[in-house]
Amino acid sequence: MNSTAFAYDAAHLIGATVLMMGFGLLYQRRMAAVIRTYAMQAMALAAAAAWQAHVQNAPHLYATAAIALLFKGIAVPAALQWLVRKLGIHRTVETALGIGPTMTAGVGLVALSIVLVLPVTTNAAALTRESLALAMSVVLLGLLMMITRRNAVTQVVGFMALENGLLLGAVGAKGMPLVVEISIAFSVLVAMTLFGIFFFRIRERFDSLDLAYLESYRGDRQ
Amino acid sequence: MIPLLWGILHTWLVVGFAPFAVGLVRLTKARLQGRRGASPLQPYRDLWRLLQKESVIADSATWLFRVSPYLVFVAVWLAATILPTVTTEMVMTPAADLIALVALLGVARFFTALAGLDVGTPFGGLGASREMFIASLAEPAMLMVIFSLSVLAHTTSPAHLVAFVLSGHVGLEVSVGLALGALLMVAIAENGRIPIDNPTTHLELTMVHEAMILEYSGRHLALMEAAAMVRLLLFLSMIICVFFPWGIALPGSGPLWVLVGLGAWTLKIAVLAIGLGLFETMIAKMRIFRIADFLGGALLLALLAIIFLYVSEAV
Repeated sequence: MNSTAFAYDAAHLIGATVLMMGFGLLYQRRMAAVIRTYAMQAMALAAAAAWQAHVQNAPHLYATAAIALLFKGIAVPAALQWLVRKLGIHRTVETALGIGPTMTAGVGLVALSIVLVLPVTTNAAALTRESLALAMSVVLLGLLMMITRRNAVTQVVGFMALENGLLLGAVGAKGMPLVVEISIAFSVLVAMTLFGIFFFRIRERFDSLDLAYLESYRGDRQ
Repeated sequence: MIPLLWGILHTWLVVGFAPFAVGLVRLTKARLQGRRGASPLQPYRDLWRLLQKESVIADSATWLFRVSPYLVFVAVWLAATILPTVTTEMVMTPAADLIALVALLGVARFFTALAGLDVGTPFGGLGASREMFIASLAEPAMLMVIFSLSVLAHTTSPAHLVAFVLSGHVGLEVSVGLALGALLMVAIAENGRIPIDNPTTHLELTMVHEAMILEYSGRHLALMEAAAMVRLLLFLSMIICVFFPWGIALPGSGPLWVLVGLGAWTLKIAVLAIGLGLFETMIAKMRIFRIADFLGGALLLALLAIIFLYVSEAV
């Protein structure tokens, strides 16, 4: 086995780890475990970025890896844990759809993203094709998590996981400028802050973080 | 002649070594819990003691109850002989494949459950029903793992799988990693280890395997216990043989290589047994209704392994 094949395989393995953590997010039933799984996904993402930096010989990706590790792997999970403690949220995850059906839907989404990506990218190199399929699966799993969870905190974790998927796709492609990555990372932090404030506002209004209460404020229902 | 010799040697090796592996798991757990723990040889002494004892059988038991321990033990033992451990040159190797192995384990489970139901005590029936519930989820997952491996290697024979992995055609494949994860989850469920079932408990709320063999005593219990030990060794050996076969002797190599294979296999089994003890200490037992999620996860991992296999084939 030569070194390029090894580089591909290792990249795919790390990508698959990120994807598995995406499934882990759907599987977990406790808030603390969800946040821990998210932190692990971010760390796997950092590893993916660092590996790409090594393979593509692109030092700026090391910066991406460091940002992913520090912000998403440590700062955001810590902030979320703090929020959960501060808001006194239920320790269990409230689901709109059972765990089993959600996971099955997740596998369906992975298959869908593969079916979508493979024909579109027939001219691309093997490395980008598979990692693009992986990244798209992570994005779709994040969306699925946002749909199937009732609590605002878990929905935010779904959003962050979605963004992890975007970054996974971005580091796989050659020539992504550092400015874009840094601005994405900071916009996530800003979003995190806004969500935090929003949580307090929602709870103040409804005494709960269950977003089903917001439904009655939708214009088209009246 | 030589395959026959290795076959016989291997057949006795799996039975002879199984109690030691179980003893090692127990010792690891005891040490981690701050106890001194019994020597890893204790399971041998337990089995010997049980064999000496009289076998007490309930009035309501039929012939099925008496026959089941023998059937279960033979089925599991036969399944264990299919997997190559120290060398792939064995008499059983061409005779059966991994699907036959799953079928033999299914036979063993079927008779264990029947024996549990036979006496008519509530615990036996409860254990049998739970065991079947777990099996109905674990077996498809296990078959799916085998299918994903056979799609990759174009064979279901364990000896050919070993040869394929050793040939180096397969790198750090994503689907192999997923299949390994799924197999680990299935192995935990099939052996009734901790997140699924607790092998040391006799608490009615949680026991599964123990509930079915509760009415057994004496030599029958010894056979049932020995079957459980061989099954654990079988799964450890399967993980080694399919995913980490390095060190195993291939056909045509001399007895010296078989000795090397024996050393490598023993070492790997010991590492896995200690790893299992560590894992069981770290994790808490699951509620019975969460098992469906756990094993559903294993099934989905195996399914993903097949999906990714087609992606990399397409590239």
